[in-house]
Amino acid sequence: MPRIPLTWLAEHVDLPAGTTAEQLAADLVRVGLEEEAVHGAAVTGPLVVGRVVERTPEQQKNGKTINWCRVDVGSHNEVADDGTLRPRGIVCGAHNFEVGDLVVVALPGAVLPGPFAIASRRTYGHVSDGMICSAKELDLGEDHDGIIVLSPDDVDAAPGDDAKALLGLGEEVLEINVTPDRGYCFSMRGVAREYGHSTGAAFRDPAVLAEADARPSTGDGFEVQVEDREPVHGVPGCDRFVAQVVRGVRAHGPSPAWMQRRLTQAGMRPISLAVDVTNYVMLDLGQPLHAYDLAQVSAPIVVRRAGPGEQLRTLDGTLRDLHPEDLLITDSPARVGRAGRVLGLAGVMGGAESEVTDATTDLLIEAAHFDPVSVARTARRHRIPSEAGRRFERGVDPRLPRVAARRAVELLLQHGGGTADESVTDLDRTAPPTVVDLPLDLPARLVGVPYTTQEVTETLTDIGCSVEVGDGTARVTVPSWRPDLVVPVDLVEEVARLRGYDAIPSVVPQAPAGRGLTRAQLARRGVADALAAAGFVEVLSYPFVGAHQHDALALPSDDARRHAVRLLNPLSDEQPEMRTHLLVTLLETVRRNVGRGLTDLALVETGLVTRPGPAASPAPQLPGGVLPTADQLAALDGAVPPQPRHVAGVLTGLREPAGWWGSGRRADHTDAVEAALLVGRSVGVPLTVSAGAVAPWHPGRTAEVRLPDGTVVGHAGELHPRVVAALELPARTVAFELDLDAVLAVAPTEPVQAVPVSTFPPAKEDIALVVAEDVPVGDLLAAVRAGASSSEAGDLLEELRVFDVYRGAPVPDGHKSVAFSLRLRAADRTLTSAEAAAVRESAVAEAHRRHGASLRA
Amino acid sequence: MSAIPPPDGVPSGPAPTLSPLDASGVDAAVSAALAAFGAARDLDELKAARLAHGGDRSPLSLANRAIGGLAPHDKAEAGRRLGAARGQVAAALARRQEELEAERDERVLVEEAVDVTLPAGRRPVGARHPLQLLQERIADVFVTMGWEIAEGPEVEAEWFNFDALNFGVDHPARQMQDTFFVAPPAGEADSGLVLRTHTSPVQARTLLERDLPVYIACPGKTFRTDELDATHTPVFHQVEGLAVDKGLTMAHLKGTLDHFARAVFGPEARTRLRPSFFPFTEPSAEMDLWFPQKKGGPGWVEWGGCGMVNPNVLRACGVDPEVYSGFAFGMGIERTLMFRHGIADMHDMVEGDVRFSLQLEGTI
Repeated sequence: MPRIPLTWLAEHVDLPAGTTAEQLAADLVRVGLEEEAVHGAAVTGPLVVGRVVERTPEQQKNGKTINWCRVDVGSHNEVADDGTLRPRGIVCGAHNFEVGDLVVVALPGAVLPGPFAIASRRTYGHVSDGMICSAKELDLGEDHDGIIVLSPDDVDAAPGDDAKALLGLGEEVLEINVTPDRGYCFSMRGVAREYGHSTGAAFRDPAVLAEADARPSTGDGFEVQVEDREPVHGVPGCDRFVAQVVRGVRAHGPSPAWMQRRLTQAGMRPISLAVDVTNYVMLDLGQPLHAYDLAQVSAPIVVRRAGPGEQLRTLDGTLRDLHPEDLLITDSPARVGRAGRVLGLAGVMGGAESEVTDATTDLLIEAAHFDPVSVARTARRHRIPSEAGRRFERGVDPRLPRVAARRAVELLLQHGGGTADESVTDLDRTAPPTVVDLPLDLPARLVGVPYTTQEVTETLTDIGCSVEVGDGTARVTVPSWRPDLVVPVDLVEEVARLRGYDAIPSVVPQAPAGRGLTRAQLARRGVADALAAAGFVEVLSYPFVGAHQHDALALPSDDARRHAVRLLNPLSDEQPEMRTHLLVTLLETVRRNVGRGLTDLALVETGLVTRPGPAASPAPQLPGGVLPTADQLAALDGAVPPQPRHVAGVLTGLREPAGWWGSGRRADHTDAVEAALLVGRSVGVPLTVSAGAVAPWHPGRTAEVRLPDGTVVGHAGELHPRVVAALELPARTVAFELDLDAVLAVAPTEPVQAVPVSTFPPAKEDIALVVAEDVPVGDLLAAVRAGASSSEAGDLLEELRVFDVYRGAPVPDGHKSVAFSLRLRAADRTLTSAEAAAVRESAVAEAHRRHGASLRA
Repeated sequence: MSAIPPPDGVPSGPAPTLSPLDASGVDAAVSAALAAFGAARDLDELKAARLAHGGDRSPLSLANRAIGGLAPHDKAEAGRRLGAARGQVAAALARRQEELEAERDERVLVEEAVDVTLPAGRRPVGARHPLQLLQERIADVFVTMGWEIAEGPEVEAEWFNFDALNFGVDHPARQMQDTFFVAPPAGEADSGLVLRTHTSPVQARTLLERDLPVYIACPGKTFRTDELDATHTPVFHQVEGLAVDKGLTMAHLKGTLDHFARAVFGPEARTRLRPSFFPFTEPSAEMDLWFPQKKGGPGWVEWGGCGMVNPNVLRACGVDPEVYSGFAFGMGIERTLMFRHGIADMHDMVEGDVRFSLQLEGTI
């Protein structure tokens, strides 16, 4: 994001003396430019210019050669024994300098970025009394190959001078965050304008447009042709192309120190005069420029889309396969013919072939305007985040190319000598300015502040619009640098923004009476609260999984839970899928807790899982701003995979803690079953269980959990010992998972109707029944319940519990005795012993009929 | 059973017969009874004293029984005398009985005292996740205002996540969302699906599904391709608010945000708006929150984004922007929780460590 050196900004707008980066940030944020960072003074303490007066290479035992130097640092020189000043002794590992060079010296007491404090220290057999700095050590760039050698041509400095000011290291720089609609704020020009809006300070536009455009193109400049056979969305890829030739320039020499300093402050690395000038003008005005080595370019330049199979080696050295939608700058060398050679990706990055080299003396300067969408697509396709592309895709002022080219030429001539050709190429096919009809009451109607017509028109005029007020409507012509202003609400924002958001009052709107939470929302809270009350701790896990996790759970290869939605760009290639059930991720959370020494756990998670159908169809690509048809909406919904909400829980270790009262109780399968049934009970759905397991559960210790109609909605029980071992979980870990949406779908929609509570005394009966071992107690219980409820005496059963299961003598082998306690009660009378006996007999008879149970002797 | 020793002052052996006419004898018997009761040190001794002085064989009882044998003119006087005497004895007995019971109770309650500081905790302790509780609290704030709570899928069609919200295919803002894309089905170039990058697609779904006016809040899970660190998590939560009605303005947006801030951060909390940009709102604003509990002292923090619903969004959802206007806002639940509880690092919120949920359990 753009970095704003305050002294540079002050060239275009009246910035009060002594303004800090922090104050600037406060002023800019009011108009929507947020502070990203303040880059403080990078170096403190003595950083000075030095002249190398002695340089003695010394071979070291470790194979390195160091230079023992004497450096003249003027008034900072050391005091010799005889009282005179003499150059300081400094050890330097770099070799790119000679005696007589001006260098940058950090003296003891200086603090470099890092922070790295400089002190006098003994090294390689000398006392090094400071450090000769590289660009990287001063955070001036990545160049660490050698130290900075100041060019006497453009540095007016003497040994001992403060190098901080010279290098711009003492100044604060504000980095701002520019939203995508404000491309023009990727320039000092734009930020200065906004600062003026915020504070009322006088803004001086460095690109005085009318003047530049008034000078007609000579028509005999370097030949440029634009042919765009396949514009994206019908927008021409290039609607303006300005080119001008400059000859006899020291293009590859260094740029002036002030320019280098500003580029560095703005976060760019100085390279050569030609490159630095184009970057400087871009940072200043916002117009990306390109400088070609004229000797390497053959007329005509043709702007066109890429053809099949074309390639380009870009400046970064990468050979790229071009796409037919890529807009190219090409030229026409004789050997390949017209438009036969690719010079660069328009508005994104140049090619290596026409780059400015140290032999370059003649330059062709390009300042063009490209379609934001075309540039954005190319930059994205080739993953080139360039400064030029960043500006073009946000919209560059189409009136700028002439001004920017002229400014670049001026700077080149001024600092590199040479002459500019009289002739200028200017292909201008830009569209006329956008005109918006703004209902004058719209700002007040949308913002809630009673702006007057005068306030509205003044504000719009301030931002560069021309406004003609008609009857209730203003005809607003928007300035060329604001391609984001297209429809009336865009202008409303400008009015609200510049009149100040803090002027907007605070009024709570009166919504119509609402219906509160939906049944499902209430029910889900009920489930979560009930589980928490039962001792479960709710957790949330990331939904990303990999096939190896399903392997660890021993899911069969054809298990439906292996059919998952897959991400194109997962955070980890190990976990490219969306979970199809909760246990797979919840168990990872269990492992993390266990790994932290928390072994008595009851965790629960409620969340969506993604269960794609067998034949997924892609969601249609539809435009925004238009209501889709019913069919299109159906296609959209059809493409979104079902995402049912599940609830899952895992218990490890002790379910009831040990303490001074005695030992605790280990969690077992009944705890998982109980939790699953609790889910149903808390929403009024009587779930039932029967034997039946799937992976990752224990085949003999797991229940299928069923809805009243028999539909299986999940499982509860102990995990398979091999899964427990593979995941290194505590032994006998138990778990449940239910399709919560399926449970909620059958929850009663009507309130449960109450039965009066009987105040007559109860009768209690115990029954012990002997049955074959393979009869599930749950089935026997159901038989007893059915029998007891349907006796001659009527339905008197109030409560039925299993209180004992016994095996051993005198119960025959292969059998078990199950003891039930029944509490009976009538609504209208005290029960007689005959009635209680009738219930008992009916229960025993039904158990006998269904399961061959006999009353235990 | 060991014999109970006679209480002091009660002569052993058969009591000499007391005549009902012997006034001083009756007085002496009463005095003896009162003395015996007073001397009883516990309930057992009192019981022995009661038998000796108030039982069927006690002198007063026997004297009382002897009244029947008196001459008629003596009966009345003797009856009065013995009635008063026996009443006096019974009252003294009851008083002493009460005293000794109170003493006993006090002793027993002391003796059976336990150490109540022995730790309780035989039942496992559970907790809701703080992020879930906060979402429910937020939902309640809006429900109380008459709003309703809407929901939508997490794996979402790109159209709902972007296009319907005025994020054009080539808009830089669409690239800035760090989106997880869903791989296309076999043989297709594109799935047209993403993990929703914000809860805003629920805006479009709501406007398509519900009748106007609409006032909804939507808390839910969202996804961006950020690695987990102290301030980022690839899976996080937002709450979205949307109101579309006739005559809604940014002032209503501001009022709603202020109310919401106060409901979550207390009566002193307030918000301020700064110009910003979102494709689905125009005008758009960043929203800052001022709240007194801020770590390091009261102050402003960035809380979320908001604005007036862009007419293009209304049109994509079949709402006429000439008739209706609306506002929308969204903020991160994690951030909100961090602000409220002074949490410095995301890790604790997302790693599922039970200690995190348990420590915030008592939050009201």
